[in-house]
Amino acid sequence: MPTSTITINPVTRIEGHAKITIQLDEKGIAQDARFHVNEFRGFEKFCEGRVLWEMGGITSRICGICPTSHLVTSAKAGDAILSVTIPETAQALRRIITLAQWLQSHALSFFHLSSPDFLLGFDSDPAKRNIFGLIASDKEFAKRGIRLRKFGQEIIEVLGSRRIHTPWAVAGGVREPLEPAKRDYLLNWIPEAKETARLALDTLKKIHVKFEKDIPNYGNFRSLYVGLVAPDGALEYYDGTLRVMDGDGNIIADKVNPSDFHEYFGEATEEWSYLKFPYYKPLGYAKGMYRVGPLARVNICDYIDTPLAEAERKQFKALAGGASVVNNSFYYHYARLIEILFSVEKIEQLLQDPVTMGQNIRAKAMINQLHGIGASEAPRGTLFHDYTVTEDALLSRVDLVIATAQNNLAMNRTVRQLALQYLDGAKVTEGLLNRIEAGIRCFDPCLSCSTHAIGMMPLHVQVVGPENNVLCDVRR
Amino acid sequence: MAIVTLTIDGEQLSAQDNESLLEIARQHKIEIPTLCHLDGLSDVGACRLCLLEIEGSNKLAPACTTRPMEGMVVHTNTEKLKKYRRMIVALLASEGNHQCSVCMVNNHCELQNLAYDTGLLYVRVPYLYPNKVTDASHESFIIDRDRCVLCTRCVRVCHEVEGAHVWDIAGRGIDCTIVADLNVPWGSAESCTSCGKCVLVCPTGALVKKGESVAEMEKHTDFLKYIVTARRKGEWISIENEEE
Repeated sequence: MPTSTITINPVTRIEGHAKITIQLDEKGIAQDARFHVNEFRGFEKFCEGRVLWEMGGITSRICGICPTSHLVTSAKAGDAILSVTIPETAQALRRIITLAQWLQSHALSFFHLSSPDFLLGFDSDPAKRNIFGLIASDKEFAKRGIRLRKFGQEIIEVLGSRRIHTPWAVAGGVREPLEPAKRDYLLNWIPEAKETARLALDTLKKIHVKFEKDIPNYGNFRSLYVGLVAPDGALEYYDGTLRVMDGDGNIIADKVNPSDFHEYFGEATEEWSYLKFPYYKPLGYAKGMYRVGPLARVNICDYIDTPLAEAERKQFKALAGGASVVNNSFYYHYARLIEILFSVEKIEQLLQDPVTMGQNIRAKAMINQLHGIGASEAPRGTLFHDYTVTEDALLSRVDLVIATAQNNLAMNRTVRQLALQYLDGAKVTEGLLNRIEAGIRCFDPCLSCSTHAIGMMPLHVQVVGPENNVLCDVRR
Repeated sequence: MAIVTLTIDGEQLSAQDNESLLEIARQHKIEIPTLCHLDGLSDVGACRLCLLEIEGSNKLAPACTTRPMEGMVVHTNTEKLKKYRRMIVALLASEGNHQCSVCMVNNHCELQNLAYDTGLLYVRVPYLYPNKVTDASHESFIIDRDRCVLCTRCVRVCHEVEGAHVWDIAGRGIDCTIVADLNVPWGSAESCTSCGKCVLVCPTGALVKKGESVAEMEKHTDFLKYIVTARRKGEWISIENEEE
């Protein structure tokens, strides 16, 4: 058998368009695998010449799942350019909406996109291996997951008047305060949301036992971890400074101001993907591979300042055995659920804080700096918006460093590890390929502004020989 | 001035012959869509949205600049007119860069409302995606020519009400563009008093206040009638100046 390539295109149950190619040698054994992002957006270019105050609205259109993260980060870049300290109420409200974004996105990732693999089986009928199959199999579990996501979306709607693409956070603060009746409405959701977070954690722990043999193959390697931490080392989501930790738990950079990001991190490009490859500069490209997002955040923080999530964090850390860092990408799921629990607890605290009910919500100013960087923790990791403006407030340069891009090197490594483990010259089965896709789903990559209709996306895998002859054709 | 009788949409009316068909129709609660017209400013018949069918004439006539004649029979809302109006809005949409979702006046825009009102569901003609200049050099306001429909309300309010005549039109045909003074950046236009009237009367997001975010800005034109009425009555004008 000559050398050939297997292509998984598109990768399903992720946000956006991507494909995976797997290179096989003469014996049909996987030699290499790549995760290609084959969609092009162009936001950085077409934002040039636009007005600063439009940027929240424009950049939130990057994504339909995490628009709020872009909105808040854009507003923070705007704060820097206006050189304002936003009112404490505005900051508390922005914190709530950031956590609401985590909540709804994490719930989507676990319940809607990933849990069908775990609860229905990697080899189950792909036509049913989705949220609808989950509803048929365990209605209560699926319903709870859908309602947890709804809670996150309700918070965003209450604050921002709409669930998707709210323009509510602006440079200088936010546009509307929170009314007491609406605060009370949101607080009523808390007990149910906590219960669901608990249920998800209990379910995942059973999954850990069920897939004991598979888990070690899911992107289990040392890498750097990057994320924001609070000044006291606590898990951070809205503000704070950057911390870089290596795969052995050593802190190699700390208290880095997010506005100095470019001094520490570079962005490489490859011909075969539209997604850039950020890396940690001191170690150079490829070696400077790092992971961001839930796994990184729970690894790098010293503690979580809510009791239930902190108890779970200690159990999470125990997974590392004697080491101090959990290096297995499968545990992104666990870290994500810990963050769901944290979000619910923290939202409750913030809603009960009188500061949240203040009426002073917006600082107004004109252009005072020509350059500003905003950073926050989006569900998938640290997000940077770096704007340069003219004195007239028109954008002259835009650099967006997206969380998913920062996981690009690690996602490629994960795909490679899974391909090498599962494709050993035997016949390619749909279930095996799904395991490789599941490796990508650990990272919950968000590749564009829309989620594709779940269960509708055809998976087309071809094994192609050196002369473009199709050796194997698998369709889902 | 004389009184004439005419028929609009089957309704027999009498009106003064120095009023426009638009004014007469509105006095009788007959709705005709407009864009370049604004009560208090002169009419130029630029947008063609108020076109009417007049029996005996093979041409369509704009309601805002057409005077009534004895025995005139006018139709304001025929299928032909509805189709033409929809096409006009489609052409306006296609020749600018109207990205409603990220516009400061989203949900408060007259062009957007016209698209709803005329039932514009899609644009058949290709979009031109012109390369327009956004000028944010004024300390308080922005002109984004991507969203300009060349209604010239800004030109007229500045000339007729403020008396500054900062704005005018340069170029010809598809290249027409609104310019400040002799085509200088707005911020350096010496004639501008920074009164903001042009921003308030602009029907779209072409003229906006700095600092307003997406879908935040609401225009209002109520101020215009107070100024116009006061001027007509000679109020708020110093007697000294009047005598001169």
